[in-house]
Amino acid sequence: MGSTTEKAGHPIRLNYPWVIMGVRYVSILVVALIVFAAVLLVVGKDPVQAYADTFAYTFGNFRGFSEVIARMIPLVLTATAVALPSRLGLINIGGEGQLYMGAWLATWAALTFDHLPKLILLPLVVLLGFIGGGLWAAVAGALRAKGWVHETISTLLLNYVAPAWANYFIFGPWRSPDSASYPQSNAFVDAARLPTFGDTRVHVGLILGWIALFFYWFLIRKTRWGLEMRAIGGNPDAARRVGIPIRTYMIMAMFLAGGIAGLAGMAQVSAVEGRLKQALSPGYGFAGFLISWLAGGNPLGILFMAFLLSMIRTGGDILQITQGLPFAVVNILLALVLMIVLARPALRGQTT
Amino acid sequence: MSLSFVLGLLSGSVTSGTTLLYATLGEVIVQRAGIVNLGIEGVMLVGAATGFAITAETGNPVLGIVGAALAGGIFNLVFGFLVITRMANQLASGLAMMFFGFGLSALIGRPYVGSHINGLENVEIPALEGLPVVGAAIFDQDPLVYLVFPLAVGIWWVLFRTRWGLSLRAVGESPTTAFAAGRNPSLFRYQAVFLGGLLGGIAGAHLSLALALAWSEFMTGGRGFIAIALVIFSKWHPIRAIAGALLFGGALILQLQMQASGVKISAFLLEMIPFLVTLLVLIAWGGARRHAAPASLGRVYQGTE
Repeated sequence: MGSTTEKAGHPIRLNYPWVIMGVRYVSILVVALIVFAAVLLVVGKDPVQAYADTFAYTFGNFRGFSEVIARMIPLVLTATAVALPSRLGLINIGGEGQLYMGAWLATWAALTFDHLPKLILLPLVVLLGFIGGGLWAAVAGALRAKGWVHETISTLLLNYVAPAWANYFIFGPWRSPDSASYPQSNAFVDAARLPTFGDTRVHVGLILGWIALFFYWFLIRKTRWGLEMRAIGGNPDAARRVGIPIRTYMIMAMFLAGGIAGLAGMAQVSAVEGRLKQALSPGYGFAGFLISWLAGGNPLGILFMAFLLSMIRTGGDILQITQGLPFAVVNILLALVLMIVLARPALRGQTT
Repeated sequence: MSLSFVLGLLSGSVTSGTTLLYATLGEVIVQRAGIVNLGIEGVMLVGAATGFAITAETGNPVLGIVGAALAGGIFNLVFGFLVITRMANQLASGLAMMFFGFGLSALIGRPYVGSHINGLENVEIPALEGLPVVGAAIFDQDPLVYLVFPLAVGIWWVLFRTRWGLSLRAVGESPTTAFAAGRNPSLFRYQAVFLGGLLGGIAGAHLSLALALAWSEFMTGGRGFIAIALVIFSKWHPIRAIAGALLFGGALILQLQMQASGVKISAFLLEMIPFLVTLLVLIAWGGARRHAAPASLGRVYQGTE
């Protein structure tokens, strides 16, 4: 389990954590699906048919299943970007903006150094994707550390700035001459493309996601830094008194988190799209917040929840195609899942 | 900078600021009761969609506004249930409501995408409209604009000059003390959340019925979050919120004005202005403002045993 600091009030969790966690997650999903079915009925759609279509597409064939995995990648990364600072008590709702800044700086590297060999260029693209998102989040971290602006507000506001910044380059300096009707950047050279597995859309970002999750777990659980971070999250005043440099940790945690979200953006341009284009992220940053929150910051919980949400979102596409519903409707299902957990904290295994 | 540019900016600030002011006033009431609602974006969207749908069906924008207000109020009661009755985390609940609003408004508005409506018509104030130069710019607005300024004063009066307002603020400062003084904190918080929803719904309706005259998904475009920043900016004070809303409304409208007057700056860079201005203003005011916040803001009231 993701926490050894649980209060004594949850002995059962230590005895049968996996079973209990599984039962919790499944019951959340079942209740949400029932309520969402009622919503579908109200708008005159057939929920059984909708769920059957979704299931058939996502599990019925390899192509659909690989699509669910491919879409899970950015979710794992943006969720980790929420989980890490949450250990210090920081609330990062800026995954969306950090993703865009990662994509933007990665694109800059890919377009500027397109003559470099793959062995150098690809790591550079990945690194700059990380730095782009990281610096963007570090701004919010610094503002919080200075006590000027709470990171909730600053990250939310910056979410609206980053996509506009990327759009400026898509429609301006980086606009490809052959993209008259649908503005986008020039295509990346092969040396700047993150490889995919076989002919699916699943890409190496999946491994980056695992690395990020492992790094997060290792940092928080196994290092002294992680211990001090958890001390800050647990009791900031006590942490300050024992001399833990809270401000430095806040900025560093936000930088790392933003960097991880930036990797999600980097992977979208480098692996999935092969260029910078508009609307890279259909709300991956916000969904990441949800996933991390539902999983209580637990790394394996994040993997599971990311898979689940990816399935729901892929299902959203199916609903759009077969039922003529707007994609945004899938947000109702997401919200229901979250609201059920909020109303029944026991389902999440935490009482706060 | 021509005169028409300045006048357009002035009049636009008032119109655009009105949307923000309704939402901000609602959030001031909610936060004064000790609750942070990050879900205003969702409330506004639901209000905008409901108001538009009702107006498109009935042809009566007044019914649309009333419907939008009620929809916002009821929507916020769900939020109230989560954070008051279920004592859930307020930030996460607010975001859940934001997602809920995204989806719900898309569902409500779906049949009306591209519909044409007769929105709120402008009302000229005869005596003032005749003022040289600025008269026509400022005193030719939709009725919601004229209503919002007295409303802000009214909310100030209720919050700071009535028994009910005193109780509400006491709940926001210290629910336990308020309870000891014979007030029911949960009841006051529900009332605040409902009122906040009414005003958020009207803010959304103002957007779809007076400004855009159309419904589109995500049409609030972050105005809900600007409203939250405005609450901090105005030190949780309804009257100061007027100045803030006009300023931020100006930032929102500046980009449109600059585009319209053919300034050679990318529309996307201009799009960033309101959010950067909001952030810079918050930085400039710095931590000095925090003392003005209700003491129990964001804390869960566990009840008094």
